[in-house]
Amino acid sequence: MPYLVPDLHAVTTTNGFLLALSLVVPVVGVLLAFFAGGRHVERIAFATMPLGFAIAAAILVALWRTHGSLVYLLGGWAPPLGVALRADGLSAVMMMTTAMVICAVGVFAYADFRTLGGEARAPLAFWILLLAIWGALNTVFLGGDLFTLYVALELLTFAAVPLVCLDGRAETLQAALRYLLFALFGSALFLVGVTLLYGAYGTLDIVLLSHRINAEPATLIAAALMTAGLLAKTALFPLHLWLPPAHAGAPAAASAVLSALVVKGSFFLVVRLWFDVMPGLPGFAATQLLAALGAAAIVFGSVVALRQERLKLLIAYSTLAQIGYLFLMFPLAFGSGSAQLENSGALTAGILQAVSHATAKAAMFMAAGLIYTALGHDRITGLAGVGRVLPMSVIAFALSGLALIGLPPSGVYLAKGLLLQAAIESEQWWWEVVIQAGAFFTSGYVLLVLAHALAPADAPITLRVPISRIREAAALTLALCSLLLGLVPWGTYLSVPAGTLSNPLALEAMLSALWPIMGGGVLAILLGRWGHRLARVPLREVVIAAIGPARRAALTFGKMFERADGALRQWPAAGLSLMVVAIMFGAAMLMGR
Amino acid sequence: MSATTVFGLCAAAVMGLGLYGLITNPGPLRKILAFNLLGSGVFLLFGVVARRGAAAGFGGDPVPQALVITGIVVAFSATALAIALLLRLFRVNGSATLRANAPGSAGTEPTGG
Repeated sequence: MPYLVPDLHAVTTTNGFLLALSLVVPVVGVLLAFFAGGRHVERIAFATMPLGFAIAAAILVALWRTHGSLVYLLGGWAPPLGVALRADGLSAVMMMTTAMVICAVGVFAYADFRTLGGEARAPLAFWILLLAIWGALNTVFLGGDLFTLYVALELLTFAAVPLVCLDGRAETLQAALRYLLFALFGSALFLVGVTLLYGAYGTLDIVLLSHRINAEPATLIAAALMTAGLLAKTALFPLHLWLPPAHAGAPAAASAVLSALVVKGSFFLVVRLWFDVMPGLPGFAATQLLAALGAAAIVFGSVVALRQERLKLLIAYSTLAQIGYLFLMFPLAFGSGSAQLENSGALTAGILQAVSHATAKAAMFMAAGLIYTALGHDRITGLAGVGRVLPMSVIAFALSGLALIGLPPSGVYLAKGLLLQAAIESEQWWWEVVIQAGAFFTSGYVLLVLAHALAPADAPITLRVPISRIREAAALTLALCSLLLGLVPWGTYLSVPAGTLSNPLALEAMLSALWPIMGGGVLAILLGRWGHRLARVPLREVVIAAIGPARRAALTFGKMFERADGALRQWPAAGLSLMVVAIMFGAAMLMGR
Repeated sequence: MSATTVFGLCAAAVMGLGLYGLITNPGPLRKILAFNLLGSGVFLLFGVVARRGAAAGFGGDPVPQALVITGIVVAFSATALAIALLLRLFRVNGSATLRANAPGSAGTEPTGG
């Protein structure tokens, strides 16, 4: 639901103190951990987690009871002079997701980052940064004015960057530096936009701005710059130079947080900007452009993911593709007949996809991390036999993969239904094609990994380290959450058009999910790396003769994408694409005026 | 041309220089400096905005000034973090470059460019 504050004179609502508390608790945790020193750091983190979780749950309950939004005015000062924290349905849902993922990651990371009585740098840094990311994300979800959101975004980056290079190897340090510099580039553009908006309207409060804003050139340029800056931080294609090395190089627990939560922070701000600050401004052309970048990200990210040799890089590239899905909802959110972005089923679908991806991708990275720890490598062609020795991890990977493909009753299934309906209602058939095709690509790389992991081992596998059941259970829990998200009554917090959804447990719904899985199988066979596995196929000559030409063509295609990826991830190319994206958004918005 | 216009154009020029440096300079240290230049341009723009909004008899709109101070703190911490990473990378690797797949191949000074 949007901000249901009809009057501009904001007051702190009854349960508004919860919002302040949700920021204070992680920050107090960070400070305590910093001063109480190394030996107590994980105890402090584990004390903060249930508390933060309870606050997120309390905000959900409070919102459900008030049927509006929660507001807290810092120091009792009302905007435009003061700063307001506001929670609507979107922020409450995202906060709960964050709390769930952080708690699961905490349980998972306990074995990797134990201080073992003495002081150690990596555990101290990890737990402090984990809590810092939590605090920063809550600020992103609750911040009521654009400058607070800018500061929150920077806090998020500063907490996320060191997580990339916890192990201190040269590659990860380089990845962290690339990430930081590109993120700073993006946030500088965001800040320019903020300045222009303040110069034009004299306030940065979201509710006040949304009443004053109109389509002047300065506003549109500000919107274009802010959007481009946020996209750089979200790593939407072609601005993804930092994501694959950063997410693949970080320790598993850190990758899970980075991929599941950190990129959602800047995505959430794009939603805030386009839906709440300026719902009438972006125009049809700009939303088409945004979704087109998303569609390109899906194709590009998935094809490059299929060509990866290492499991963690495959998952990192799949994040790239999944980020693309999040942006498909923008053109579909135009209300029928109005020229305004509306809080409709399409927006709900976007948020649902963000939540599903957050839980599923965290589970995937955790499972990959366990496989890496157990085997000492994560080459995809060397995964044979893992299904037998680490069944729970492989099941977690499989379930989160199925959830991302959209097997009912997952959140993605629900989101897909809502998006398709919005596409039909607004007569944008081309997005229907993209939405349907997207699932094929997702199932492609999921099936590729599963085919290798479930194959019989060439030689008996001995685990380098025993893997604790609790860590596998943390991954499995998140995967199950993602798979069951469709059963949650979302209507309380997000707008779900009535009577649109068929029963997700119906047989037809299950059967309709089989098509993408079969299509994905074809893609995986054509594009994936199979190593010597192809030699084991019965009737090998026949099979190879049958698929040989198609596979050769597909491989040429795949190599082309890989080369393009290498070129786009060079710094000058990425910097230029950022400027081009900003200019294109500016042009699209000015045209749509 | 009024004073605010002149300062506004200066801000635009400084931002342009920062953007150019950020995109074209291969050395990480120079990129960090370029980011600071870009940030300075934005802060100058904030100053112009504060001055322009001061028509109501004040010497200047205080809100953008408060925002600029916060912005400077953020830019300072960003710079500190980036420099710390750069130094660490230089110590581990013997060189500091952002080029992917080229560890230790170019440059022996921390700027790498």
